[in-house]
Amino acid sequence: MSGEHKIELTVNGRKIGAAVSPRLLLSDFLRDTLGLTGTHIGCEHGICGACTILFDGQAARSCLLFAVQTDGHEIWTIEGLSETGAIADLQEAFGKHHALQCGYCTPGMLIAAHDFLNTHSSPSSEAIKDGMSAVLCRCTGYWNILAAVSEVASSEHRRMKAAEASSTSRIAPS
Amino acid sequence: MKPAPFEYFSPKTTKAALELLAAHRSDARILAGGQSLVPLLNFRIARFKYLIDINGIPELAYIKLESDILRIGALTRYRAIETSPTVADAAPLLFEATKWVGHLPIRTRGTIGGSLAHADPAAEYAAVMLALDGRVVLQSEKGARTLDAGDFIQGMFSTALAADEMLVEVRIPRARNNQVFGFEEFARRPGDLAVMGIAVRLDFDGDRVETARIVSLGGQDGACRIPEAEAEIQSRPLSAERIENASRAASDIDTHADIHATGALRQHLCGTLVRRVLGRAKEAQPSPRA
Repeated sequence: MSGEHKIELTVNGRKIGAAVSPRLLLSDFLRDTLGLTGTHIGCEHGICGACTILFDGQAARSCLLFAVQTDGHEIWTIEGLSETGAIADLQEAFGKHHALQCGYCTPGMLIAAHDFLNTHSSPSSEAIKDGMSAVLCRCTGYWNILAAVSEVASSEHRRMKAAEASSTSRIAPS
Repeated sequence: MKPAPFEYFSPKTTKAALELLAAHRSDARILAGGQSLVPLLNFRIARFKYLIDINGIPELAYIKLESDILRIGALTRYRAIETSPTVADAAPLLFEATKWVGHLPIRTRGTIGGSLAHADPAAEYAAVMLALDGRVVLQSEKGARTLDAGDFIQGMFSTALAADEMLVEVRIPRARNNQVFGFEEFARRPGDLAVMGIAVRLDFDGDRVETARIVSLGGQDGACRIPEAEAEIQSRPLSAERIENASRAASDIDTHADIHATGALRQHLCGTLVRRVLGRAKEAQPSPRA
């Protein structure tokens, strides 16, 4: 059926219903239909990674998924992850280390880094390089991107954040 | 850069998918992980009237070990394979090779069945299947057949799949204690398609190599065993001299040239990777039991 298909999905924590043509790419659905233009489109064939989103909690290329395939699934984009604070550490580190130049690849970089750090508890610098090669930066600002991700990956950083969280919870009114 | 229009089906069972495939045959294409197919559709290098999306068929995604055979459902994703203790134990070569496939966000979606059915000559899994004497199960409405990987893979983007058949399962013999495996590839950047890669399996009988599988990927029309290199190390202890001979034989294969590398560079890489992987295999060789 090349006519429109009804889909129901969750985007950034909100339930959404839509009718989509099968050939509509998820990247176009997010940007054009939902107005979530934080998901950037670079190559449209899965190489550059600018359009990386979370599909059921795992990083995936939104240009290689059709919107119709997201029926019943959960999508997070850079907008939602920024709102919830899920990637706040990475965003802070990217700022501190000047890990963005033109910014075009940044949403993909952040989401790829987020997924990588979720699945790698104490990655070596080689592993971080390998993991972050999932997204291309045409400004070639890789050095600072690696510095930012390495900082968030470091055990020291994680200990500090954990300590902050527990001290906050101790003083928070119950 | 947008796909041409197509009709979309999302069957919930293998049976329903096979019925659709029988009805539409070569007008239809199975959509699995989509990491190779969707780029081809986006660029309109390929177009199909019908796409049969099998992502909604959970019965096609599984990893199980039964009677010393590792069975992996066609829809099993790279990411499930690279994090599976069962695969790590029963098929260490498949486990190792998976880390060389694309990048994590690609491995989130890409599937073992999709990789084998697409038959990209630079794909890792076809080489792994040849090295491990793996088999594939092809199913149609009429029934199922099981083929050796060597009979299934027929060249560049070409397999033994008939128009009404779908690859449903991959079978790999469980690794044994007398086996050593190795995998390495060369690409311009991590995650790129391999310019050249090598998968190796050696079965030892004491200190002798009883069976050798040396398989190349990326250099020819498809993953391909290198019998000349295998013969150099077969039935003998693995020595530095033998490894050198195998490396030389491997650098004699016919390779193709393209924008990424000349044929001569691929030959050089083939010999070098064989030397490197066999050298590591020699170190990892199981000590002969008294």
